[in-house]
Amino acid sequence: MRNSIQILIVFLVILSLGFLPYGCQNTDEKSMQKAVPDIVDYNFHVKPILSDRCFTCHGPDENTREGDLRFDTEEGMFAALGKEKDHFAIVPGDIVKSTLVDRMYTENPDDMMPPPESNLTLEAYEKEILKKWIEQGAKWKKHWSFLPIEKPDIPTVQNEDWIQNDIDNFVLSQLEKEGITPAEKASKRALLRRVSFDLTGLPPTLVELQDFENDNSANAYEKAIDRLLDSDAWAENMASKWMDLARYADTHGYQDDLERTMWPWRDWVIHAFQKNMPYNEFVKWQLGGDLIPNRSKEQLIASAFNRNHKITQEGGVIPEEYRVEYVSDRTQTFGTAFLGLTFECAKCHDHKYDPISQKDYYSLFSFFNNVPEFGLIQPYGAIPKPYITLTKEEIDETLTFINNLDTMEAIPLMVMEEMDTIRQAYILNRGAYDKPTDSVTAETPSSILKYNEEFPKNRLGLADWLFHEDNPLTARVTVNRLWQQCFGNGIVATSYDFGNQGSLPTHPELLDFLAAKLRDEGWDQKAILKYIVLSSTYQQSAKVTADLLERDPENQLLARAPRLRLTAEMIRDHALAVSGLLNKTVGGPSVKPYQPNGLWQETTGGGGGSTSRYVQDDGSKLYRRSMYTFWKRTVPPPSMMTFDAASRDFCMVQRETTSTPLQALIMLNDPQIVESARVLAYRAIENAEDLEHRISMMFEWATSREPSAEELTNLKSYFEEEFTRFQKEPKEAESFLAIGEYEQKALLDTTEMAAYAIVANVIFNLDETITRG
Amino acid sequence: MEKEIKNRQHQMNRRAFLSKSSVGVGTAALSSLLGLNFLNKSENGIITPPNGGIKGILNSPHFAPKAKRVIYLFQSGGPSQLELFDYKPTLIKRRGEELPESIRNGQRLTGMTSGQDSFPLAGSIYNFEQHGQNGAWISELLPYTAKIADELCIIKSMHTEAINHDPAITFFQTGSQQPGRPSMGAWLSYGLGSTNENLPAFTVLLSRGTGRKFGQPLYSRLWGNGFLHSLHQGVQFRSGKDPVLYLKDPDGIDRVSRRKMLDKIAELNHKQLEEFGDPEISSRIAQYEMAYKMQMSVPEVMDTAGEPDHIYQMYGPESTQPGTYAANCLLARRLAERGVRFIQLYHMGWDHHDNLPNAVKNQARDIDQASAALVMDLKQRGMLEDTLVIWGGEFGRTNYSQGILTDTNYGRDHHPRCFSIWMAGGGIKPGVVYGETDEFGYNIIENPVHVHDFQATAMHLLGIDHERLTYKYQGRRFRLTDVHGKVVKDILA
Repeated sequence: MRNSIQILIVFLVILSLGFLPYGCQNTDEKSMQKAVPDIVDYNFHVKPILSDRCFTCHGPDENTREGDLRFDTEEGMFAALGKEKDHFAIVPGDIVKSTLVDRMYTENPDDMMPPPESNLTLEAYEKEILKKWIEQGAKWKKHWSFLPIEKPDIPTVQNEDWIQNDIDNFVLSQLEKEGITPAEKASKRALLRRVSFDLTGLPPTLVELQDFENDNSANAYEKAIDRLLDSDAWAENMASKWMDLARYADTHGYQDDLERTMWPWRDWVIHAFQKNMPYNEFVKWQLGGDLIPNRSKEQLIASAFNRNHKITQEGGVIPEEYRVEYVSDRTQTFGTAFLGLTFECAKCHDHKYDPISQKDYYSLFSFFNNVPEFGLIQPYGAIPKPYITLTKEEIDETLTFINNLDTMEAIPLMVMEEMDTIRQAYILNRGAYDKPTDSVTAETPSSILKYNEEFPKNRLGLADWLFHEDNPLTARVTVNRLWQQCFGNGIVATSYDFGNQGSLPTHPELLDFLAAKLRDEGWDQKAILKYIVLSSTYQQSAKVTADLLERDPENQLLARAPRLRLTAEMIRDHALAVSGLLNKTVGGPSVKPYQPNGLWQETTGGGGGSTSRYVQDDGSKLYRRSMYTFWKRTVPPPSMMTFDAASRDFCMVQRETTSTPLQALIMLNDPQIVESARVLAYRAIENAEDLEHRISMMFEWATSREPSAEELTNLKSYFEEEFTRFQKEPKEAESFLAIGEYEQKALLDTTEMAAYAIVANVIFNLDETITRG
Repeated sequence: MEKEIKNRQHQMNRRAFLSKSSVGVGTAALSSLLGLNFLNKSENGIITPPNGGIKGILNSPHFAPKAKRVIYLFQSGGPSQLELFDYKPTLIKRRGEELPESIRNGQRLTGMTSGQDSFPLAGSIYNFEQHGQNGAWISELLPYTAKIADELCIIKSMHTEAINHDPAITFFQTGSQQPGRPSMGAWLSYGLGSTNENLPAFTVLLSRGTGRKFGQPLYSRLWGNGFLHSLHQGVQFRSGKDPVLYLKDPDGIDRVSRRKMLDKIAELNHKQLEEFGDPEISSRIAQYEMAYKMQMSVPEVMDTAGEPDHIYQMYGPESTQPGTYAANCLLARRLAERGVRFIQLYHMGWDHHDNLPNAVKNQARDIDQASAALVMDLKQRGMLEDTLVIWGGEFGRTNYSQGILTDTNYGRDHHPRCFSIWMAGGGIKPGVVYGETDEFGYNIIENPVHVHDFQATAMHLLGIDHERLTYKYQGRRFRLTDVHGKVVKDILA
């Protein structure tokens, strides 16, 4: 309780001053304009500065520590310095005796901190913060994300009518103190579009839109949410995000980049979401499914998670060097995905910012070090051990969640296995495989949570540690990703880093509230998502006034819903869905849709077998959801990479959203999009009677709303112009309609069909079409 | 800068709100922000300067740049320095003798020769002669390169850490052996931006050698943007009708109808902007305009039909065949002329584990004339002084034979301890041979240049302090040279 009160106090201070706890990423330029808060808090104000500018030389890494001074521990911060132990960097309440103050303000380059050669500087605001904190008694606190998760009290608000659930109390109480009114509620159509994309990755159909619009019952929205959460599309969408985190790919990832078969694991992930498997169990199977006593084949399949990393077959490599790399990859994945910590920074030296020593790194490493594996694929093209073979019979009888579309008799799958005798792990000097120093045993950093003696010292025990109720990170990190799925950004914007260099939570209590809810109510991800999307906060309009944009450009206060560009997968899936081309088959082997010719051929060295030449699929395989697109790591699908898909080289929990000319070229010219536009037009011609209705229908399909009269007039006149052009050049119309494999009947004259198709193409290229607002 | 962006953003929105009729997309493109996403903070907020193009993160270079652009002729697979630039009579004299253990001195071997019982020294079967005023030893395989010896700075003392292709080439291009970091070209785009609003700042051209048909692959991550904004990724320019992926309008759409279509899209997008006020919409409008311009400018630069005959003769007969190394060299010059910041060529096929004498001969013929022609062509246009040209691969090759050594045949395994590259123009001291290896061509005995030193030097020539061009990602400030790299001052002009 003490902790949550502390947080609450900090929180109130922040609010009363109109100050937003920005992540340290942005402090540099913003800082000059900020007012120093009345009460300076260590976690929220001081430490981001110390961590970013001072920890490199005065932090956790012993080897680079200068002057025996460290700011990352309470003891170190207040320690006596110098040979005579006669001075102190920080003396609480005494800025004269605190040498830190002198060293910040001096203009003498020999004394200045940070020193000029570090290329780091302190802004005036930052110096003021540090000074004031010392004046106020220099109170030290443990890093916020390492403090226990305790359910906070629900704040009260004035406008109780706005409240849908407790989330809103946290958000609105802050807004009320800022004097900001939340945005109006989004239109029903906008809302259904938003929640459909966020939960399933697909747009709503016209029928769904109309049903929802006509449903005036009190729980209409909740019913829509339940329908979405019960769909296969939801399970697929969740699996699709999990694939980034699990660095899923269909090839091994180095050099010749040979094909691998991991899709049965992907089928399992979809299956797990279909069942709404509790998150703790879901992760436990993936971390240690092979170690569960009397484990089932399904549990073994789940453990393939830890074999999704890259594996080399490059002749001549030193196998042990690469084996160590694979273990490192698993360690890094564990750190990023489950703990939200940049463990990999402690591979070569103690972490520069967080309390993770190099010893901690290799202790965690040793959990993943006992796989009977070899660093090099040998002979060329072999399946890397350990692996299992799934027979057709097993799939037909017990593993029915595997969609054996190609009716293969036997499917190999790499899985985890533990050696009988564990492989001794060592601290590796500078991370080099051939420079072992001290031996280590499997351990987790005690700074996070002590490894309970009742947990076995293996991956299964590691899962128990992860989901122990006192683990401060797991629930926070997980719930933050679910929030990110609905708001574009997490409550902690750096969803991959909850450490000292990460962003601070914009709503710390809300984060803890949701984390506690997840942990205490059965690790039910579906329930949390439902809870989030039911809030008023989520249901706000995405419209923004220039004033609010100026005041809160990053939408940290959540006084509006974010307008988010769709992901790479969603953009393509959307085009397929609204045109009716989408093939809704769930699971199965990856497919090869349209891709510009020659991309694999021109980079291959001649090896690679099935990955040396891209053999495009035909027919319905062209129209599968994008999560099933074959992922060749060294030459990934360009249309998806251009829209910021993850490379799958390593674990990623957050994508960038960029806007580039190459994206415009894809939307204008990719045959997948051009074909979808043509088929969308065909569908409209089939289903509506005249020009106006057809255009309106296409527009509605793509944007989930009806066009305004002005927009309609606009598109009609465009249609007429293009129709005239095609009538003059009927061959052009024919060529345009010939793009893509899908065959359609001539419902109208070719020139007219082409004019519709080009209107559909314009609609597909609207910003609104590839956005969920 | 944050404030500046916000101000611009604000003004722009006001403009959009106020001038409903200003659908003129040209103005929209100029006044808009490119690629900035408020949701994803980004220190790499990218602004379109008034003259178009991508503005770099550095308001001004750290110091006066000597080079404005780079043409990097990457020789993929590991060219043998012993057949090209590092003349070793001792190896010829002691041909067939075992590599002394004192020379090998613990060097780790690749799995391809670590099982070999014998390491017979293999001298080059090709002759060397001295060229240029400084008497640089250059192989008979490179007659054209030999003629421009006075323009080159040949570095014989390059060394790297990786001994296999994938990590070594990734290391050279991104500063890290493991994938995920931005490529050198992406760093420069991020730092300096582009000077041409119609072309990407970082372009890539691939060609396949005739030395070894089945050799080492390339990976598109080599020209990736890593964690930088995707505007900084290398854009592959390909031979054929679609030189940039998805560049070509689909059949049935001509330029006029494309223009009309884009105007229509912009018009409708503007209405959205008015309603939602989201600056991302104006960014998107600008990107479409850029795309349209690229559709014109890329085919223009790729169409070399207007080049005079003497230029084709200069670059060699293959320069008329699209997709060859020679044709790509010519394209590189055209891209350089148009202000592209970083032009990266990859020529595959240098991995000669066996049958080296024949393979290296063919491979050298692929690149010799065109590389030299590029340097001289830049020079005659007055562009060499501010264009840095780099020629080299990811590592060198062993001084002993991989497999059986015969009078006419041998192979060479990978060798990271020493290899040769050359640089020219852009502030590099011409007519220099830098660094020295021992008489066995195995170890460096003078002036070693590590890959990070090379990267630091190239950045320096472009006016960038490699320690100060950083990007903060996942809590850490990354840079091309990791935490290493020293500028090689001796080779600066």
